[in-house]
Amino acid sequence: MAQTKRSMLIDPLVDNNPITLQVLGICSALAVTSSLQVSFVMAIAVTFVTAFSSMFISMLRNHIPGAIRIIVQMVIIASLVILVDQVLKAYAYEISKTLSVFVGLIITNCIVMGRAEAFAMKNPPVASFIDGIGNGLGYGLILMLVGFIRELFGSGSLFGLTVLPTINNGGWYLPNGMLLLPPSAFFIIGLLIWAFRTWKPEQVEEREYKIQTVEAH
Amino acid sequence: MEQLVSLAVKAVFVENLALSFFLGMCTFIAVSKKISTAIGLGISVMIVQAITVPANNLILTYLLAPGALSWAGFSDVDLTFLGLISYIGVIAALVQILEMVLDKYFPPLYNALGVFLPLITVNCAILGGSLFMVERDYNFPEAVTYGVSSGFGWALAITAMAGVREKLKYSDIPEGLQGLGITFITAGLMALAFMSFSGVKL
Repeated sequence: MAQTKRSMLIDPLVDNNPITLQVLGICSALAVTSSLQVSFVMAIAVTFVTAFSSMFISMLRNHIPGAIRIIVQMVIIASLVILVDQVLKAYAYEISKTLSVFVGLIITNCIVMGRAEAFAMKNPPVASFIDGIGNGLGYGLILMLVGFIRELFGSGSLFGLTVLPTINNGGWYLPNGMLLLPPSAFFIIGLLIWAFRTWKPEQVEEREYKIQTVEAH
Repeated sequence: MEQLVSLAVKAVFVENLALSFFLGMCTFIAVSKKISTAIGLGISVMIVQAITVPANNLILTYLLAPGALSWAGFSDVDLTFLGLISYIGVIAALVQILEMVLDKYFPPLYNALGVFLPLITVNCAILGGSLFMVERDYNFPEAVTYGVSSGFGWALAITAMAGVREKLKYSDIPEGLQGLGITFITAGLMALAFMSFSGVKL
């Protein structure tokens, strides 16, 4: 293996981030980011599922027939998600209500499937486990960033604790209500991608059409 | 009847799966470069959604819900915790069957939709539709209406998005925002536009 374990863990954070570069797993990510606490729980849940599903799939990789591998992967992932769902319902009922269907949707989260298909089917269990954690953390990083911006400026608090006292509660901060609505997540992710790519110019996509300037004679 | 119409309108515009719940985003972003492919995918999603939501509704009512197994003599068994795995199983199986049926009886349609069908199993909009059906306690007619109209809403959103992106590629976009970045911002603007439907009631 050319890749070291360290780089497998660190790479997905910025250099090969699942959300901003691989376009995976934005599906269930955006709707849960309106508060930091919920994003945090979601990030942990996804990291857990990705890491363990990669590990189990990698253990079974030589026994899974190619034709039905998607269904086998689905069953492993779905069982892990049921586990997460039951634990959340038992110990964090309020949060599990806020997440509603999005816990179940971890099953179809493309990060989990994508890493299972692209990495775990070809690599040994320990490496797959680390790769799963790395990608889960890369996803969690973006989720927490978006959650941080949306909660801080949308309701003036972090983890439910007031940071910027809002006008309604006698403070000075006028909250930006749009940040609590779904579209704001799109804008924030779009701008985050812009920031990431300005920082790492090699991630910029090729233009399909170049704009040419014709000199006047 | 009136209730069903209002449910349909709500599912298409107000609670659009793609733009207000962010479901099916991966495919929504990845396959919206051309209008023709977007329409193909949209139609496949609509068909699969219209079949799987009612099918999962039947499974829930007759197999999983508390007391649903009383016809087999197990009147106090509650299998709802098996929900997730059953729904995804049903979806994967139905997509596979649909693929085979189309291949056998409607080859032109199969050739047009073929590539998209496997993608649909992992499309969150499909599983999301079933999960919303469970969460909101829809009965069978409601489940049929919800399946068809939420699929239509998703198809509408991806077609509109592809239309915007076809024009967008000719415009002068800052380097880092090229591609994925601007697509997200466009989707955000579309979501804002769809929010103006939220006052509509029938």
